[in-house]
Amino acid sequence: MKSLVIAQLTFREGLRKKLVWGVLLLSVLFVVLYVWGFHLFVEDWRQMEARRAERGVPPAGTYEIFASAMVLLGLWTVNFLSGVMTIFASVGTIASEIDAGTLQAIVPKPIRRWEIVLGKYLGFAGMLALYIVAMVASVILTARVVGDYTPPNVVQGTLLILLVSLILLSLTVFGSTFLSTVTNGVVVFMLYGMAITGGLVEQVGTALDNDLLIRIGVISSIVVPSDSMWRLASYLFQPRLAVNFLGPNPFGTTTPPSAFAVQYAVAYAFVLLLAAMLVFRKRDL
Amino acid sequence: MTATGSAPSQARPVSVVPVIESFGLRKVYGDRVAVEDLSLEVYEGEVFGFLGPNGAGKTTSVKMLVGLIQPTAGTARILGRPLGDLEARRRIGFLPELFRFHDWLRGEELLDLHGKLYGMSREERRRRIPEVLELVGLAGVGHLRVRTYSKGMQQRIGIAQALLNNPRVVFLDEPTSALDPLGRRDVRELILRLKSEGVTIFLNSHLLSEVESVCDRVAIVNHGRVVATGPMSELLSRELTVEFRLGALPDGVVGGLAAYVQVETVADGPRPVVVARAADETAIARAVDYLVRAGAPVYGVVPERRTLEEVFVDIVSREGAEPR
Repeated sequence: MKSLVIAQLTFREGLRKKLVWGVLLLSVLFVVLYVWGFHLFVEDWRQMEARRAERGVPPAGTYEIFASAMVLLGLWTVNFLSGVMTIFASVGTIASEIDAGTLQAIVPKPIRRWEIVLGKYLGFAGMLALYIVAMVASVILTARVVGDYTPPNVVQGTLLILLVSLILLSLTVFGSTFLSTVTNGVVVFMLYGMAITGGLVEQVGTALDNDLLIRIGVISSIVVPSDSMWRLASYLFQPRLAVNFLGPNPFGTTTPPSAFAVQYAVAYAFVLLLAAMLVFRKRDL
Repeated sequence: MTATGSAPSQARPVSVVPVIESFGLRKVYGDRVAVEDLSLEVYEGEVFGFLGPNGAGKTTSVKMLVGLIQPTAGTARILGRPLGDLEARRRIGFLPELFRFHDWLRGEELLDLHGKLYGMSREERRRRIPEVLELVGLAGVGHLRVRTYSKGMQQRIGIAQALLNNPRVVFLDEPTSALDPLGRRDVRELILRLKSEGVTIFLNSHLLSEVESVCDRVAIVNHGRVVATGPMSELLSRELTVEFRLGALPDGVVGGLAAYVQVETVADGPRPVVVARAADETAIARAVDYLVRAGAPVYGVVPERRTLEEVFVDIVSREGAEPR
């Protein structure tokens, strides 16, 4: 499978990018701060519980809600960082190689053009999967070790965060088959931002019971389903108690997207990848 | 250039097995025609020179043949297979004009990557990579990153990449553009060596002396179409200029000579010299015969073979420099 040769090259190339290292450094910093923050939260909670016990007040019983909120904040950050990393790592993947001319010696080799696109996709997807798994694991382990709390549905939630990245990756790779690196970066980032804002608008709409705002959110999640998949992940990552307590909020949702929405998002990523292959097949280099 | 410069083409019969065949390849960008009609045949084992002024469509033509550009119309076959055929590509080598590689890789890693793309096994790659590095004069620097290479070394590794798979056909697009005179000589020798191994070479170059010294046949393209093609020796001797060194020049001889050759200059004196253009060698023989009969002793007939440059300039300027 020639795609794997390209995937390997892409993976190695990705690791050479300063931006990727920037995100990794930021991520390490985040994890350190997160562990510290979680530790402070747990300390505070224990002192509060101790004071309540002194006064003879029964335990609040809401520890799970707040621990879950801490986890949600951590995972939201992971989701955001991996989204940014996805876009910036892959933004010029094909466009910049066309500009640089490095594809001119690759394409005439006995490899099909779609295999090149697929290989690049797999290379980035592998890199992102490693990153996401490591980051989610850091957050979950912190909650478990420091806070003695384990969120539900860890596997499904992690896969959904990965799906968010794959949606953005498909979008970025597709764009890079016909847009310049800079244009592609601007367009994809705007779409990403729109998806996040659309998700917020939907939450506001739910809180205010405003149909128009909800509809805007739904439309934005059809255009780019990345944020809706995050919201489903966040819903799954929390115990029902926490979801109901928090209500509509910037980081989660009370009305999780349906199974159809997940199917749509998977198809979305797949179709855009196919479209990227088709466009690149005809592209003059 | 001496007559011996193009001797190889005369000494060795040209194979009749076409390795590259193109039929009316055409590329249009919007309303700009980059390649009007590329129809040519390149035979097995020959070094084929592809010449033309800047913008004539040389690189576009090569790119269509190696699958980088989709032709607007027309077809082509390489090694008997249609364009883009993976089996044919396995036996094709290509050095792009703008040779830019993933320069963060070490030289050996770059070749390993390209070897994998050719589908070569680990053992093949391990054996072949040092071989090609040696072949292009990069032995000993394979462990350095390509970024640290000079332009000439990068071009050499580009050539190494194109030869990795022991190709049957090699497309070289300006292979010596970044090389110094010594490097150019190396490449010339390399081409002749490949030719001796029976490899077909499609050489796209604007260095006419280079083409003249290695190519068996050439095609000259202008405005996106082939305007002249043929064996190098034929192209060069298509119109011969000869200098007749005479013992005397009786009256009327110059006029009579015009029946055989086209007289260009006459230098009268004790040893008259007549420079004339002849259509072919027979015409020269007839002219000599006439001169002797007319009482002009012929002391010498010096053919002035035209260089490829002169032929090229002649053909291209006749075609007109402005695109139609």
